Amino acid sequence: MTMIDTVEPGKKSRARPSFYFRYMVEPYLYLTPAIVLIALVMLVPLVIGISYAFQAVNLLRPFQSGWVGLANFEALWSDRKFWLALTNTFWWTLGSIFFQFFLGLGLAMLLNTQFHGKRIVQALVFLPWAVPTFLSALTWAWLFNPTIGPLPHWLAALGILSEPFNILGDKNLAMWGPVTANVWFGIPFFAITLLAALQSIPGELYEAAEIDGATAWQSFTKITLPFLAPMIAITVMLRTIWIANFADLIFVMTGGGPANSTQILSTYIFTTAFRKLDFGYASAIAVALLGLLLIYAAILLVLRRKLVKI
Amino acid sequence: MSALRKSSPLAVTGKYLALGFYIAFALFPLYWLVKIAITPDKLIFTEGTALFPSEFTFENFQTVLIATDFLSYFKNSVIVSVGTAAITTAIAAAAGYAFSRFAFRGKRVIIALMLITQMFPLLMIIAPIYKIVAAVGLLNSLTSLIIVYTAFNIPFATFLMQSFFDGIPKDLEEAGMIDGCTRFEALRKIILPLTLPGLGATLGFVFTAAWSELLFALMLINSNDTMTFPVGLLTFVSKFSVDWGQMMAAGVLALVPSCLFFIFIQRYLVQGLTSGAVKG
Repeated sequence: MTMIDTVEPGKKSRARPSFYFRYMVEPYLYLTPAIVLIALVMLVPLVIGISYAFQAVNLLRPFQSGWVGLANFEALWSDRKFWLALTNTFWWTLGSIFFQFFLGLGLAMLLNTQFHGKRIVQALVFLPWAVPTFLSALTWAWLFNPTIGPLPHWLAALGILSEPFNILGDKNLAMWGPVTANVWFGIPFFAITLLAALQSIPGELYEAAEIDGATAWQSFTKITLPFLAPMIAITVMLRTIWIANFADLIFVMTGGGPANSTQILSTYIFTTAFRKLDFGYASAIAVALLGLLLIYAAILLVLRRKLVKI
Repeated sequence: MSALRKSSPLAVTGKYLALGFYIAFALFPLYWLVKIAITPDKLIFTEGTALFPSEFTFENFQTVLIATDFLSYFKNSVIVSVGTAAITTAIAAAAGYAFSRFAFRGKRVIIALMLITQMFPLLMIIAPIYKIVAAVGLLNSLTSLIIVYTAFNIPFATFLMQSFFDGIPKDLEEAGMIDGCTRFEALRKIILPLTLPGLGATLGFVFTAAWSELLFALMLINSNDTMTFPVGLLTFVSKFSVDWGQMMAAGVLALVPSCLFFIFIQRYLVQGLTSGAVKG
């Protein structure tokens, strides 16, 4: 049955060319466009980008280009803005992922129960995911603006703010703005993936647990969590990397300001490339960020292997 | 499971309160966007923070459509997004079909390369891409955006299409091939009609992604004629930062296409991911 399809009549050795065709040529007929595009637009620029980190490439100073060894990284080491951006990246990522995950888990558990109008509710709560990022950023920036947005007034009425001012302009509070927008935008992702995982848990397990007299909390910690654990591990890891790289929201809402208090590494990369046209330095920051993310992923994978063994 | 559990009235109330909170949190920002867009200019500062406007108007939409360049931005964005979605889906369908139906040499390497493209910061290649695009003279052209976005979206679209092909039994096209079709004919006549929902979902995903991309468009486009919607809206915001009503009207217009697509694809989301989860 394996050879029937591609055997051409009149060939002397019937098996070999068709074998060769099926395993070496035919798949690549379907794959070539994808491979060529990815190689040309992503992999080749990636290699060039890494090489830029060791060169002076500044479009504003075209005559001072060339290999500079580790000079970009030495500059990075003594760049106060880099360390500030690194700290901010940590808080931005941690704050966003914490609220996205727990609110997303809560939503997934709610959607996994029965209630009237579930389809409509599901479509409505997933809607933020469909909003283009630049528009989410603008919308939240407007909501935080006391002239046209209600949030500062509400926060002042609740006593959280002393008076209605724009927290995006406050050095100590500004990071909460993009984090809120990111949580709003990211809850649906966790809710969708965790809901899919919840739906694959066999219902008999809960019935058995109930017959044995387990409380709701016990079946949550002994059945639901263990079943969700692999999905949680992979989504949290992927999402952390994705959020750490995610520059759009902050770039549109605050541009990294005020006084760099919301500057994270990815916005620093973008502003260095886009405004200063210093591609060498931007690439050095990017390589540093990539290195940090690889270390993070490696630690998480090792932890996961250890935990699974026990 | 939930039918079994004794639900106290307190728990039920709590559940509906929680659902209400999620719906309000999800919809409020969008409501506000529409609200300011339909508030007449003269009321924006007096009633800017009231929950409902006392009068409403479509003047802002009219002004945005007629007196500004938004129609041109809109057209550019439609060209880029539709072009990217169509080309990506065609290429990804072919690649996904190969992954789903063939065992071949180099498969693992190619899958690994595709996964790598999903892991590194895309901003890493913004500088090289700028230089390459400048070198081939494609700065400020929509073609460069279509090519770049297509490449960015192919890996994910390929995995998505593969999972849709995996859901269709192999026997179908094998039967067709025994009856004398070539594999490509079998693919075109038997398999493609069955994957139409999958193709639709992929088109929707890629369209939305291309519709909202900002940073590469900002870098590669700076002439007003070829600006896409995100870039145009952002320059509009920094230029006319007092015209709230018009900005929000433009925002509402940007929201419409992606919401339409979302309504179309959202029922495939959980479905597609569930089958993926079952496969492990």
